[in-house]
Amino acid sequence: MSALLDPILGQWNYYLVIVLMMIGFYAVIARGNMVKKIVGLNIFQTSVFMLYISMGKVANGTAPILTGDPNTVYSNPLPHVLILTAIVVGVSTTAVGYALIIRIQESFGSIEDDDIIAMLDDEEETS
Amino acid sequence: MAGFLVNASLIALLALIAILALRLHRLFAVVMLSGAFSLVAAAQFVVLDAVDVAFTEAAVGAGISTVLALATLSLVPAEEKPHSISLVPAFIATLTGLLLAVAVSDLPDFGDPKAPIHNHVAPEYIIGSEEVIGVPNIVTSVLASYRSFDTFGETLVVFTAALAVLLIIGGYTRTANGSRKAKRKNKGSQDAG
Amino acid sequence: MQDDVVIRVVAKVMIPAVMLFALYVQFHGDYGPGGGFQAGVIFASAFVLNAVVFGLNKGRHVWPAKYNLIGICGGVLIYGFTGVGGMVLGENFLNFNVLSDDPIAGQHLGILLVEFGVGLTVAAVMVMLFFTFAGRLNHIRLLAKSDAHDRVVASKKVKK
Repeated sequence: MSALLDPILGQWNYYLVIVLMMIGFYAVIARGNMVKKIVGLNIFQTSVFMLYISMGKVANGTAPILTGDPNTVYSNPLPHVLILTAIVVGVSTTAVGYALIIRIQESFGSIEDDDIIAMLDDEEETS
Repeated sequence: MAGFLVNASLIALLALIAILALRLHRLFAVVMLSGAFSLVAAAQFVVLDAVDVAFTEAAVGAGISTVLALATLSLVPAEEKPHSISLVPAFIATLTGLLLAVAVSDLPDFGDPKAPIHNHVAPEYIIGSEEVIGVPNIVTSVLASYRSFDTFGETLVVFTAALAVLLIIGGYTRTANGSRKAKRKNKGSQDAG
Repeated sequence: MQDDVVIRVVAKVMIPAVMLFALYVQFHGDYGPGGGFQAGVIFASAFVLNAVVFGLNKGRHVWPAKYNLIGICGGVLIYGFTGVGGMVLGENFLNFNVLSDDPIAGQHLGILLVEFGVGLTVAAVMVMLFFTFAGRLNHIRLLAKSDAHDRVVASKKVKK
């Protein structure tokens, strides 16, 4: 391998995960539909988790559950703990997001953000 | 090399699902694809040795999260307004991705056992889990004992999110219809008086 | 879905198995993958399945609204008081070593209680979230009904 390619190949997992992250990020900023924004946010969030877990991986390691063999190499348990709680917190905050979407639908009759902005503009003009 | 192939093909599958979810306009399909994304991500976590995380992701991301999204879809329009591909967000996303790639190039190599993260507190947790805590699953001993402050905070966040959902859609609220009705009623009573 | 025999029978067989598996994950979390967060979600999914298959009213019958309050607050309180227990016995908040004579037994007891608190909160929160989201549809139907009723009453008044 050439000296230029070596560092990139060593970190290939991180670069692949960044591509996933940016797909989610694009869904959040480009799409007007709020359900789709939340789905994009979920994709973004899961990709960030994947980046974290990738960092905890040790080459030739095994899952961090004690085997009793002193020579076993364990992957780092710390990122696992942080991400495990983050997933459950993530679903709770997603639920809050969906609840807000339901309320927006009830008040405006639409969940497309350009429709809602147009409605608010109309209201300002008439008042 | 086998690790690379498994990882890369799983991530390629994830990217395919994500792009499909981005392009489809029927929200029902989008939500189901989001569940599939979580399930494949769980498989990826198993490959990366994070069995507890994979378990949680499969139960939460593919299970409860999809159920909640479907419950939401029964209340909102199930079709997205068609959009053309917008260039400015695509440009911003690409730029951010490039910046992140530059930042990531400073990280230690993937799987490197000499990386600082593996030599700070992690060895202490792995030894202590057997000698101080006596629990074979290191993730449980770190979650519930070494870092129980963190977990307490996370439990409180779940608690607070539940309260927020109850406050937003839990009780009787006025809809656009309801408030108009109230106005009409007021007018009626004024006319009568 | 209430009319489909296959789904009803399969659900009736599955629900106890799901609950048993949740308890296994909860109390076996020390030795294998699992713990309070996962067990709570799996336990909640049994009630969600029940409500999906047999209807929201029957689901509510099995999980009344007062369980929400007990589960959500009770779990957080169990966690908090386990921490305070360490303080009462003269150590720091959430130090489990002093909960029993033997530090390792104390740690085991503390971890068990803490995980149980987490599991209780997560299970109750997830069931509550599903019932709240699904109940919203009924709420909107009721609103529409009362709206229509008001309109009928108003039109009768005009005729008079």
